[in-house]
Amino acid sequence: MTVLGILIPVSIGLGLIGLLAFLWALRNNQYDDLEGDQARILFDEKDHPDG
Amino acid sequence: MRDTVTISGAISTPGGCCSAGPAASAAAERMPRMGAERWARPAEGHTSSVDLMVPAIRCAGCMRAIETGLGKLEGVTSARVNLSMRRVRVLYDPALGSVAAVMERLGELGYEARPYDAAAMADVDRDSVGRDLLVRLAVAGFAAMNVMLLSVSVWAGADAATRDLLHWISALIALPAIAFSGVPFFRSALAALSARRLNMDVPISLAVWMAAGTSLYETIHGGEHAYFDAAISLIFFLLIGRYLDHRTRASARSAAAELTAMSARAATVIGPGGARETVAIEDLAPGALVEVAPGERVPADGRVEAGTSDLDRSMVTGESNPESVGPGREVHAGMLNLSGPLRVRVAATGEATLLAEIARMIESAERGKTRYDRWADRAARVYAPGVHLVAAAAFIGWLWATGDWRLAVTIATAVLIITCPCALGLAVPAVHAVAGGRLFRRGIFLKDGGALERLAGITMVVFDKTGTLTEGRPVLASGPADDDPAWPVAAALAGVSRHPLSRALAEAAEGRGIAPAVLGEVREVPGAGVEGMLDGERVRLGLADWVGAVRGSATAVWLRAGDGDPVEFTFEDVVRADAREVCDALRARGLRLALFSGDAAGPVARVADVTGITEAHARMTPADKLAALEGLARDGVRVLMVGDGINDAPALAAAHASMSPVAASDVSRAAAGLVFTGERLEPVVFALETARMARSRALENFGMAAAYNAVAVPVALAGLVTPLIAALAMSGSSIAVTLNALRMRGAR
Repeated sequence: MTVLGILIPVSIGLGLIGLLAFLWALRNNQYDDLEGDQARILFDEKDHPDG
Repeated sequence: MRDTVTISGAISTPGGCCSAGPAASAAAERMPRMGAERWARPAEGHTSSVDLMVPAIRCAGCMRAIETGLGKLEGVTSARVNLSMRRVRVLYDPALGSVAAVMERLGELGYEARPYDAAAMADVDRDSVGRDLLVRLAVAGFAAMNVMLLSVSVWAGADAATRDLLHWISALIALPAIAFSGVPFFRSALAALSARRLNMDVPISLAVWMAAGTSLYETIHGGEHAYFDAAISLIFFLLIGRYLDHRTRASARSAAAELTAMSARAATVIGPGGARETVAIEDLAPGALVEVAPGERVPADGRVEAGTSDLDRSMVTGESNPESVGPGREVHAGMLNLSGPLRVRVAATGEATLLAEIARMIESAERGKTRYDRWADRAARVYAPGVHLVAAAAFIGWLWATGDWRLAVTIATAVLIITCPCALGLAVPAVHAVAGGRLFRRGIFLKDGGALERLAGITMVVFDKTGTLTEGRPVLASGPADDDPAWPVAAALAGVSRHPLSRALAEAAEGRGIAPAVLGEVREVPGAGVEGMLDGERVRLGLADWVGAVRGSATAVWLRAGDGDPVEFTFEDVVRADAREVCDALRARGLRLALFSGDAAGPVARVADVTGITEAHARMTPADKLAALEGLARDGVRVLMVGDGINDAPALAAAHASMSPVAASDVSRAAAGLVFTGERLEPVVFALETARMARSRALENFGMAAAYNAVAVPVALAGLVTPLIAALAMSGSSIAVTLNALRMRGAR
């Protein structure tokens, strides 16, 4: 059962990374224009992300 | 994907896929660009930024066309479209570019743009409450998943030291997460308790903390059962309900704020030296002299100082016949100037204006309205005391029977968790969110869930006439035969005027394929008509008195060539195409119908006849409408008011439920619970159907929650609920309730 000592922290750590990534995205307005972003990826020339 | 297909085509013809065509460019023409500069705000460095609403943006092609089109404009450093919000933010160098230039380029591309107050919208856009809920939801979700994972190991058979270790880790994750994510419930429960009331959040908070507390006690003493997973997933599920509820209201608020921001208009103020200045309507000072060009609405109440014209008062009084005004006449905000430029002195006292009077009536109507108990509140009032009584009985019963404190507390906790209105917390918000989405797709905006609930219970529908049952614009009713020589002359004269009767006449001529005659010296005489020269003879098109004809009862213009016989063209405000159908559909549902109008008896009787409404009242002032509705409410009649004018606003506020067309006045839209778009009246029936469907789904959900409790509570009282059963029961009922709400999406 000693493997639990490694696996539990690993699984919680991975979950935490996901949580923090979501919170970061929320705070950085990544969800402001979902429709626009899904279309923007199809434009082939250089994008100006913060323009 | 539909969007991607259109891109290449749209790039070659800018705005091609989405441009609304002539209608959009005509609307763009009417937009005063002069006052636009006041919306510009300083940005980083030397640039300015402006936010524009562009409702015609629909796809990736539009986004592309606008960004490249604006990017090429001199002085513009960047243009960024927000496709979801249909907005553009433009950064430009104020020395080289201007807001007016940006709007003009957008107009050339085929997009009508309106600047709006980004600072005022920022609060709505940022949606800090929604974000806060989302953060708490994410934390609760994370904790619930991990604790559930650990619990599965316990249920799978971990025991002794391993089980204690898993319980301890669960506690370390769950307790901080509960303390953080549960704050909205704890806060609301405290507020209710300090007001000596019980709401749904009281049993929720109690169950969560008792579950966490007993689980911690069990963990410390190496006990077998811990309910950390139940406590945190309860919060997770309920937060989903909270967030859905918030989204329903936030999207409506945002739509309302957008409509208001879009209609922000400027007035042209004439200074002492004759200099013209554009001022926002909110900044108009009493005593200012404003110029109202033909086609504009009067910006504020006041008195005509100079000029003569006709005013369309339908938005203010409901009257469909235009009124001639001259110097000295009192005019009200919202009246539409038709023929000649007017100079209006803004009334000195803001309190005496019609709008202030209407606002006072709305306020008193809202105060007089009995507080409405929402479905969830009603359920909570029955449910919350019951939960506490059952849990207390379980505790006392087991303590008396066994004398074991620890067992009694554990069972009481299990009862609280099992009865906890997890499904009830989701039952109504899920239904509201699905119903709101269904309405939104049909162009109907719902202000909040309460408006939908009230709509479901109506027993009578009261319509306004002008602009609601009718389209609010005149259409030719009778005229000479199509080959009459009067037609080409009338078409030519009507073509030069913006008067609605002239427009209707020109439209009718175009529809008959009549080519306008060639006339000389055409000029418009404000308050009278249009005249011109045809083969050396004077021709006049206008009011009966001016032309020299005998005035009849109908709304009419007359055409007279020289001393010949005058020819009459009569008009009527055309009833919406599906008005009869909608009225029949409402009657078929057993609803009583009535027509309350500010217009004269004649037109009211005609519309009542067309729609088959027998209960029709004409010449009603806003106060009459309000009094009539309050009288109906006292008799226990629950009324849906459908209206658009400023004169309908107090009635809309007083009615049990209310709807407005999107073209309504600002006050009416603000007072109405639902706003519908489009030329048809059919959304009234659709919204009613949706509201009734939502009510039956909500009732079914309550029924399911009750049935689940009827089974689960005896099991919990018997002390047979393990954490595994609690987790299964809770998730199962929540999912069932949500799926039942979703059934509405596909329903016809």
